[in-house]
Amino acid sequence: MQITVNGEKEDIAEGLTLLELIEARGLAPNTVVAELNFDIVPAQAFADVRLNPGDSLELLHFVGGG
Amino acid sequence: MHETSPIHDPLVIGGVELHSRLFIGTGKYGDDALIPAVCESSASQVITVAMRRVDRGGSGVIGHIPPHMRLLPNTSGARNAQEAVRLARLARAAGCGNWIKIEVISDTRWLLPDGYETAKATEILAAEGFTVLPYINADLYVARACRDAGAAAIMPLGAPIGTNRGLKTKEMLGILIEDSELPVVVDAGIGRPSQACEAMEMGAAACLVNTGIASSADPVAMGRAFRQAVEAGRSAFLAGHGAVQSGHAVASSPLTGFLR
Repeated sequence: MQITVNGEKEDIAEGLTLLELIEARGLAPNTVVAELNFDIVPAQAFADVRLNPGDSLELLHFVGGG
Repeated sequence: MHETSPIHDPLVIGGVELHSRLFIGTGKYGDDALIPAVCESSASQVITVAMRRVDRGGSGVIGHIPPHMRLLPNTSGARNAQEAVRLARLARAAGCGNWIKIEVISDTRWLLPDGYETAKATEILAAEGFTVLPYINADLYVARACRDAGAAAIMPLGAPIGTNRGLKTKEMLGILIEDSELPVVVDAGIGRPSQACEAMEMGAAACLVNTGIASSADPVAMGRAFRQAVEAGRSAFLAGHGAVQSGHAVASSPLTGFLR
């Protein structure tokens, strides 16, 4: 199925959870903030949220800035 | 001779007592691994970060920030109040506290903050319980609008971001310091410790320095120099400087009793 991650379309497995997607990208879940279809997903819910076709996901983290 | 005991002179922002009046940033370091040593040498307690989309395998900057530092995420990248509010909520969701530096910029050449959008974002986020520190032009009416919107401090610029040009807005900063009941944190443009010292002598509550430290040849040493400058400026402000005399010189030593 297809979803959009950080503005890029991607094919992912059916039924994948948000936590699984984050870990599959080599990211530490405790350093990532997720916004799914413009709603913030609390970190403790990453494992419970299943992704659906057409979802738009933003994954952000802190970088250097002033 | 007796030692003067250190003055208890905390800076209180959003109910938090700070003992350092130097805020630092995390941008533009040649090597982010320097950040912990700069935190130590500068004795800063507040550090800014930005939020961006994460690349595959990306690690971000958070692993380089010592746990005692208070994070001040900025909303850089926001072009209007709505985008700033969205970024602020995401930053808070990261679980690193509720402080936020509002930064709303739509002009990519001058990178000057949009006061109207900044005040709007401040109002929304203060109502949601954020400790809001808006980055603003050194403008009296924008400062007052942010105060009325619930800001915890105001952060006027000394010069355009990243220029190291110092206190180009000095006259206006003086007006804000005199007018504002909120702490005035001079943000942006401070390139040298002497400029930070001058801002503190004028009565600024704190200085935020990123480029001035990060772009120096030795950021750890420069962090220490800025700490000393901010402390000296603050001490001078508290001491109250002597009157400036116009015209002729005024002797410091007695003008009588000379050996002839």
